[in-house]
Amino acid sequence: MTAVDEIKIGGMGASRRRVEDNRFIRGKGNYVDDIVLPGMLHMEILRSPLAHARIRSIDASKAWAMPGVRLVLTGETMAARNLAWMPTLSYDTQAVLATDKVRFQGQEVACVIADDPYIAKDACEAIVVDYEPLPVIVNPTQSMADGAPLIRDDKENQPNNVIYDWEVGDKEGTDSAFAQADLVSKIDLHYPRSHPSPIECCGSIADFNRATSKLTVYLTTQAPHIIRAAVALVAELPEQMIRIISPDIGGGFGNKVPVYPGYVASILASILLERPVKWIEDRTGNLISTGFARDIYLHGELALRKDGRILGVRMNTTADHGAFFSDAQPSKFKIGLMHSAFSCYDIPNAHLLARGVYTNKAPGGVAYRCSFRVTEAMFFQERMVQAAADDLGMDQAEFRRINFVRDDDFPHRTPWGFLTDSGQYGKCLDVGLEAVGYQDFLMEKEEAAKRGRLLGIGISTMTEPLGAGNSREYDILGIKMFDSAELKIHMTGKALLRTGAKSQGQGHETTWAQIVAHELGIPAEDVLVEEGDTDTAPFGMGTYASRSTPVAGAAVAMVSRKIRSKARKIAAHLLEISEEDVEWELGRFYVRSQPDRGVTIQECAVAAYSNMPDGMEPGLENVAYYDPPNLTWPFACYIVKVEVDPATGVWDVLRMVAVDDCGVRINPMIVEGQIMGGLTEAYAMANMQFITFDAEGNCIGSNFTDYLLPTAWETPGFELHEVVTPCPHHPIGAKGIGECAAVGGPAAFVNAVMDAVKGSGVRNIDMPVLPDRVYEALQTGQDISGAPPVKM
Amino acid sequence: MMKLRFASPEMLVDINEIPDLDYHRVDDDGTIRVGAVCRHADLERSSLLDTRQPTMAAAAPLVADPIVRMRGTLVGSVCHADPQGDWASVMTALDASIIAQGPNGRRSIAVRDFVLGPFQNALAFDEIAVEAVVPTPRGMPAGGYLKLERRVGDYATVGVAVAIDRVGSQVGRAGIALTAVGPATIAADAAAQKLTGRPLTADNIGEAAELAAEAAQPKSDHRGSADFKRQMVRVFTSRILTGLLRSEEEAA
Repeated sequence: MTAVDEIKIGGMGASRRRVEDNRFIRGKGNYVDDIVLPGMLHMEILRSPLAHARIRSIDASKAWAMPGVRLVLTGETMAARNLAWMPTLSYDTQAVLATDKVRFQGQEVACVIADDPYIAKDACEAIVVDYEPLPVIVNPTQSMADGAPLIRDDKENQPNNVIYDWEVGDKEGTDSAFAQADLVSKIDLHYPRSHPSPIECCGSIADFNRATSKLTVYLTTQAPHIIRAAVALVAELPEQMIRIISPDIGGGFGNKVPVYPGYVASILASILLERPVKWIEDRTGNLISTGFARDIYLHGELALRKDGRILGVRMNTTADHGAFFSDAQPSKFKIGLMHSAFSCYDIPNAHLLARGVYTNKAPGGVAYRCSFRVTEAMFFQERMVQAAADDLGMDQAEFRRINFVRDDDFPHRTPWGFLTDSGQYGKCLDVGLEAVGYQDFLMEKEEAAKRGRLLGIGISTMTEPLGAGNSREYDILGIKMFDSAELKIHMTGKALLRTGAKSQGQGHETTWAQIVAHELGIPAEDVLVEEGDTDTAPFGMGTYASRSTPVAGAAVAMVSRKIRSKARKIAAHLLEISEEDVEWELGRFYVRSQPDRGVTIQECAVAAYSNMPDGMEPGLENVAYYDPPNLTWPFACYIVKVEVDPATGVWDVLRMVAVDDCGVRINPMIVEGQIMGGLTEAYAMANMQFITFDAEGNCIGSNFTDYLLPTAWETPGFELHEVVTPCPHHPIGAKGIGECAAVGGPAAFVNAVMDAVKGSGVRNIDMPVLPDRVYEALQTGQDISGAPPVKM
Repeated sequence: MMKLRFASPEMLVDINEIPDLDYHRVDDDGTIRVGAVCRHADLERSSLLDTRQPTMAAAAPLVADPIVRMRGTLVGSVCHADPQGDWASVMTALDASIIAQGPNGRRSIAVRDFVLGPFQNALAFDEIAVEAVVPTPRGMPAGGYLKLERRVGDYATVGVAVAIDRVGSQVGRAGIALTAVGPATIAADAAAQKLTGRPLTADNIGEAAELAAEAAQPKSDHRGSADFKRQMVRVFTSRILTGLLRSEEEAA
């Protein structure tokens, strides 16, 4: 009897096929919209056509009169139950249904609940709302102007449209670093508003049962337990009587973290009507009202020494939060983890000033495939770095290398005080440069330039903080950012694992079982993974910010170790030796002096129910709550080669090389899938995506004709490479990987195009780098700034 | 249109089951006929078009995306009369016609008269379009179609269709039409005129490209500025014609 083969049982490092795909590819997934309950009614939302207007009156009498209409909710109905406003995750308030005025186009004004969704939609059109239009604000400049109309006149102590001014870092030290600089490199950048756009829009089915007093809500949420707590607080229902079920989720990307008005309205409607009420959002509703991402401006400065060393960094950001400050982020910092910028570089002095403002645009500021503004931080960082290298006339790879934190300099305090614990930044860059053929390409580029062809190469290197969090700095509504896992080993040695995370496509059902296999030697296929039901799953904070593996995944390892610890006692009992003489190898305990005498973990499981030692509780079950000591710090190097067509401004990606260091890889296939998905989104952000607004606040980007999702047709091929630096504090050495490519990728694409056009004097084209913007920049030699203007 | 609530017809008639409308063929005299339910994908994969009608062959793989090409039709696209539709430009450049059939029989309407404006066509309420007809070429057909789109399947930012019939070293007939740069498909006749009755040269290609750009009536929007779109018309017209000139020179 020898230890089991870890790869054969689907343990760590096995590219095991995704268990969940069995049902997805057969069309047997179970999404919120698939669920049909007896007597279920349907809800539709009437949204504001105007971006800023006072509501004079709402006449819903025609809607009420339509056959099949059961209920019409307005702000007045909500206000009577103290539900017209709800708290946001950023300690602001957000209207559920508008009472006084509407503050963005698409804001929820009324809800109709009817026998079918068609009646509900028609009835919404029959509601007459009398609006008094007000002046509209669509960008921070207008928002901060003297005499700007006050958007949040509902709030006390809100004299203007500024939400916060926040700063971090050492201003004096940074000023003196700039005073000593040989050169100061400056750049102004805009990260345009984009949208996570999960393929499944948001939705809910609220089912209040008067007889049992129990409220069950099927919900498209990435964090069911937090929602349960929020519903308990907002609806003032006892928490044990609330059950949130998050079934299969068709993508989240941060969009499904917040609480949306539709959820609240459907819950109230079910309580009032005592019938299940289903709300399924349409695409336009999702794009114009739910959590957007980015929309932030930067003025950045780097203090440089002639030899290429960065002496100091200044960042001054202005974030456009829309009508309500509802950034879904749990850190104690107003602008999330923006100050994690430059963490891979050794910079002694740094100062960040951040301002947030209200505008008449949809609220949100969700962490779209990122950890709370980390995407913006890393994009700004890498654009500033490339501009600085160009200003110095220094090779961009070399400039990065001389400023990297060295491998022997960990743990390292970042410019703004985070603690990084490991990394091989130089090696990661070298692997990328080698793979892409950097030196050869520089010559090829020079040759091509002689024939009027514009080639360019862009690099983006970064380390980002993933896996919120540690409980000292991260909480939601005061709840610390731990996570959990509960493992039950059945008598036959099979297992049931539940965690407080919630997969939206990440493959938890596959990878969690692999961690159990790694820790206990139980084949992954013998482990059933369940998530998303608050009545059965242990309390956890959900899945976003790449926190599943860093936090819940660690809990899975820790609960497995607790099980192993009890199994060891059982093994000692079965082998009739003292516990100290028991040795472990994967899947089996044995006698130290007689390695062939042993018992398998499965045999221990039987004994846990049938032959336990005297005085031991029966059973082999446990739960672990894991509060990580630090964030995890994956590192990446992305390199893009492009050719720009000067006559059309079209740019083609010639090659894209990605080197990721996410520590130990649990399932390499899933990791690669995550990286490719992230790079695809990065390409789309750089190339085509933006949501903009005209002067009246009309949202341009309210459907997939205007807001573009990339397809396989135009997405370039990606070449993936890896470096492995295990995370020193994670039980299995893993770090987050869900977001790295989407975070670090955009700058590589933009840097490549900027490298191609820099001969014309152009230093920056803001995203998306559309052909017309490239063409205009090449024609004029001028930078192109801001969101693409709407010239109708 | 119905999803956007722009149209709320009382009745929809599915013509998919009408027999024998899914053809495309070339008559003995070179006339090309495309039936009303012939899919884009049929044209994309057709072995007839490469040599017999290169402008159509160039356009077919650029229409919408692969999913739409499996369902949509050339005749339907022309009837839809979207100024951003590709086939209306190609058909205009080829002087093609639409055959309408109603209670009073069949009639032929030139595509340039068929498209009245955005989403408006010349069909009477009791007629359906049953066929598109591309007339017999006056020489050896050559041409191309170029399109700028932000993403596969997006509406065209700009599209240019060029079709010429070569007679010896001369251009016997020329047609140029523009997609997405006006309230309807634009026939750039002055540009085409510049090419007719003489050999293709770098000079008259430049003049034709300039005239095509002048014919465009683009508007600035989130797909690009008017100036940029006009430039794309210039570049695409020139690139198609220069490609034809080059292949002519290579053949010689």
